[in-house]
Amino acid sequence: MTPEAAEEMAARGFASIVEGHRPQIFRFLLASLRDVDLAETLTQECFLKAHRNWKHFRGDSSAMTWLMRIAINLQKDYWRNRRVQFWRHTLAHAVELDEAGEWLPNGERNAEQQMLAREQVAQVWKAVKHLSERQRTVFLLRYVEERELSEIAQATGLSEGTVKAHLSRALGRVRAELRGTL
Amino acid sequence: MNLRGKLAVEIEDPAVAEALNNFKASVSAWSEAAYNRPRTVVNPARPGWRPAASWTLGCVLAAGSLAGGVYEWHHRQDLARIAAMKAAAQMTAQERAAARQSAPASAPIEAAAQPTPAKAKANEEDSNLLATVDSDVSREVPAAMEPLAQLVEENGTN
Repeated sequence: MTPEAAEEMAARGFASIVEGHRPQIFRFLLASLRDVDLAETLTQECFLKAHRNWKHFRGDSSAMTWLMRIAINLQKDYWRNRRVQFWRHTLAHAVELDEAGEWLPNGERNAEQQMLAREQVAQVWKAVKHLSERQRTVFLLRYVEERELSEIAQATGLSEGTVKAHLSRALGRVRAELRGTL
Repeated sequence: MNLRGKLAVEIEDPAVAEALNNFKASVSAWSEAAYNRPRTVVNPARPGWRPAASWTLGCVLAAGSLAGGVYEWHHRQDLARIAAMKAAAQMTAQERAAARQSAPASAPIEAAAQPTPAKAKANEEDSNLLATVDSDVSREVPAAMEPLAQLVEENGTN
């Protein structure tokens, strides 16, 4: 295979990766930040970084786990580098919890069920808001992205035991919020 | 057991499981709507004054350098003319001096001291020529300094 052909094949492979995983990365960042514009920007940065490092991707983990790791690091870097601006921006642009909880798919529910579901979603958002950065990341990866514990451990760089501990605390917080004991 | 089943077991509490299901559905719906929203790309319009200002500045610089060049050329021409006139006057003076030295030594000193009409005329021509040169030189003084130059000239003649 000529180098040009290999390059073209790699480019095609990356294009399919972008097409397949972009919505998930965006969803994870949106849930983490509650800011559509910021989530879009970081999603773009994530894929730009992935494209630059695509030839170094050895396939030790799945492409999704690798991309998620990049997204988590980007979010962390953004927070570290622009601590003040980040929070100022996030506070200014983040969608209010009630508004975020308004989104529900139109399932076969009556008005009462819809209202109950909205209330539950708002309570979960409230609990998520008070989680630490790591707890939130682990919680979202597990219960929104439905990732395996081993994948979460790989993506976050934590051990599976630590992931379980963070999940347990996060779940405890959500449970307490739903029971109205917080 | 699939992941969903595992999650249900992990959560234990059906109410929490239901809430988390709704939360996931809500986040997905929101994300999908945000992801698929139409995006308008705004072409950043360049302000119109920028190219105009660049052109104006360019024209001013070009005109300035052209005017500077023309002024310098004229100035050099004037200086060359003055230098030629001075050289001519100097040469005439030297010729006269040479003519005086070649004149007979026996001529009385008084006669030499008393200028002949021809000599007087020559002296007058010389002084006229030098006056012309001086006035040309004095014209090189900037126009704003002209009154001062005239004053100096008048004081000198007094």
